[in-house]
Amino acid sequence: MIVLDTVPSGALLLTVGVLFASGVYLLLERSLTRVLLGFVLMGNGANLAILVAGGRAGAPPITGAETAEPMSDPLAQAMVLTSIVITLALVAFVLAMAYRSWQLHGHDEVQDDLEDTRIARLADADAPSYADSDAEESGSTLDEEAVAVRDEVALPDPATPPGPGARGGDGA
Amino acid sequence: MNLWTVETLVPLPVLVPLFAAGLALALHKFDRAQRIISVVALSVVVAAAAGLVVAAKDGPVVVDVGGWAAPVGVNLVADPLSALMLLVSGVVLLCVLLYSMAQGIADGNDRTAPATKDTKILREALEAQDPDADEDTRRDVLPVAIFHPTFLILAAGVADAFLAGDLFNLYVGFEILLAASYVLLTLGGTVERIRAGSVYVVVALLSSIVFLVAVGLVYAATGTVNMAQLAERLPDVDPGVRLGIQALLLLAFGIKAAIFPLSAWLPDSYPTAPAPVTAVFAGLLTKVGVYAILRTQTLLFPRNEALETVLLVLALATMIVGILGAVAQDDVKRLLSFTLVSHIGYMIFGVALATQASTAAAIFYVVHHITVQTALFLVVGLIERRTGTTSLDRLGGLATLAPGLAILFFVPAMNLAGIPPLSGFLGKVGLLEAGVVDGSALAWVLVVGSVVTSLLTLYAVVRAWNKAFWQPCPEKLPEPTPLPWGMVGPTAALVAISVGLTVVAGPLYDYADRAAESVMDGHTYIEAVFPDGAPRGTGESNKVTDDDTVEVGP
Repeated sequence: MIVLDTVPSGALLLTVGVLFASGVYLLLERSLTRVLLGFVLMGNGANLAILVAGGRAGAPPITGAETAEPMSDPLAQAMVLTSIVITLALVAFVLAMAYRSWQLHGHDEVQDDLEDTRIARLADADAPSYADSDAEESGSTLDEEAVAVRDEVALPDPATPPGPGARGGDGA
Repeated sequence: MNLWTVETLVPLPVLVPLFAAGLALALHKFDRAQRIISVVALSVVVAAAAGLVVAAKDGPVVVDVGGWAAPVGVNLVADPLSALMLLVSGVVLLCVLLYSMAQGIADGNDRTAPATKDTKILREALEAQDPDADEDTRRDVLPVAIFHPTFLILAAGVADAFLAGDLFNLYVGFEILLAASYVLLTLGGTVERIRAGSVYVVVALLSSIVFLVAVGLVYAATGTVNMAQLAERLPDVDPGVRLGIQALLLLAFGIKAAIFPLSAWLPDSYPTAPAPVTAVFAGLLTKVGVYAILRTQTLLFPRNEALETVLLVLALATMIVGILGAVAQDDVKRLLSFTLVSHIGYMIFGVALATQASTAAAIFYVVHHITVQTALFLVVGLIERRTGTTSLDRLGGLATLAPGLAILFFVPAMNLAGIPPLSGFLGKVGLLEAGVVDGSALAWVLVVGSVVTSLLTLYAVVRAWNKAFWQPCPEKLPEPTPLPWGMVGPTAALVAISVGLTVVAGPLYDYADRAAESVMDGHTYIEAVFPDGAPRGTGESNKVTDDDTVEVGP
């Protein structure tokens, strides 16, 4: 059974904290390159955190090279190795994307969604988000249509003469 | 080891697409070879998944990768839930692959991707320069056709996430599918796709880091990442630490599954990708997040009242806010993206109630939603191909122009809205029943919310249907171009499958119930991973214990 001192080193924890803090700060930027740098810092912070989770450093975890007692935890190292590779690949991808963005726009800023802006503008103007097609169907406005229709049920209102103004207020 | 056992089937859905991806990349000069490789690989995945669905019925099938037993080794677990998810995703991936082959995005014929137009221009320039050069030398200069390899890697990542028996392997599965999705989303590198892609990539990277940190914390707190062992050890962990880990995992999966406050990225990103890519993203990627939530909520953190309440509230918010977003859209693709967000709420509702009935309903709903949402996006892809637009303001009169399309759109749209007797209705009824049985005030609010969402979904899709198919055409649509059968066929097949889910609803619901029973009761899972208790739990490789002849050192 491997018994290790599981209390992590304070310096490593502090490093993790600093890496995360600076990473988050950079991630909040608009430029993709800075976001990428933030991601790199946070990724390193996360990897270091996993390494810390494996306990204090010990001898290299190679079977037979050492007895089990001072060996460091190999599982944490294996996981960190995997996640470093993943981080590296993703950094390469984001870098390519930032480059392509710079190629297309001359900058690499993360842009707002046009559709969101459009809907926000419509909401601001209190306009419907889509046009009603009723008017197009009948070829005339609803008012004109209402005039043409003879209401069989409702009694004529004696106060108002029949004509364009006679329709009910709830026609729309 | 005997090759002809059920255990052999378990790694196939991960390994076959991965190897096929490598092969397809190596053979990028031969379109036909690439196509054959991808179709064969995904067919093998479907076949293996079908075998696993049968095999996992009586209990989870566990494989120790590399002969090292859990918890040290990596193990793949196919329980009824993951087998069912694998089968559905395999079928969906295969249909989308056939569709995209007919659309020709893999060959650069897609008119919406200018970068592939660059390919065409490049090709023409090359031909003008040296008309006698043979095709091989010309192809060396042209960009590599990456659609097929990337699609296969996406399939492998999805399968790995479903089969993963430990949290770290789940993380790796997520990363595989996310990396593939980044490439697919920015395919062609157009202005619009890079814009949508940067938001998507940054959000996904952030969620991955959160997940990775959560894995690190789990390892620090328990000394293991194996899910079966975690299920045994987590109850002994300090409740505060446990809650923190659970919240972090939920945060990471919540971003991937697009639960309400974390869903803003989705409707911005999905609609810009090519139709088949959007379809497979909408169908599968968010569901992988839902699957991960389902797995961790039931196996690792059973019965946590506080977070269940939070999840219920979030499920309600996801449903309502999502569907209100859908109502405001005038682009069919965006409308569908918002309904996707909204309907994630139903699944979270089922997971959050945390009873066997609600979990079964959620599993059934996931299966239904994967097929229906993918089918809808494929149909919209057909509409776009026929008319050149997906904007409801510019579409019109399609019912007379393309009656076949009208049927293909109408059936899954009604299914999504939950019209009886389609599978969407059955799933929703199951969820409502589970909510009523739960009987708490919040559950009743959720029940009402679900019904309202269902009606609003009906409103949204009927409006889209009216405007695209019935209203007179505002502008003259382009001359009819025949839709290739290769695109219509897979779409029709998916629509048929989504309707077929109604026909087989009885057995399917029973299976979902069994899957729910197996995930709710962690013992079957733990016993499957550690069949003989302690000795296997030491992580010794079968080979080492059997032969005892491992040479060490020089």
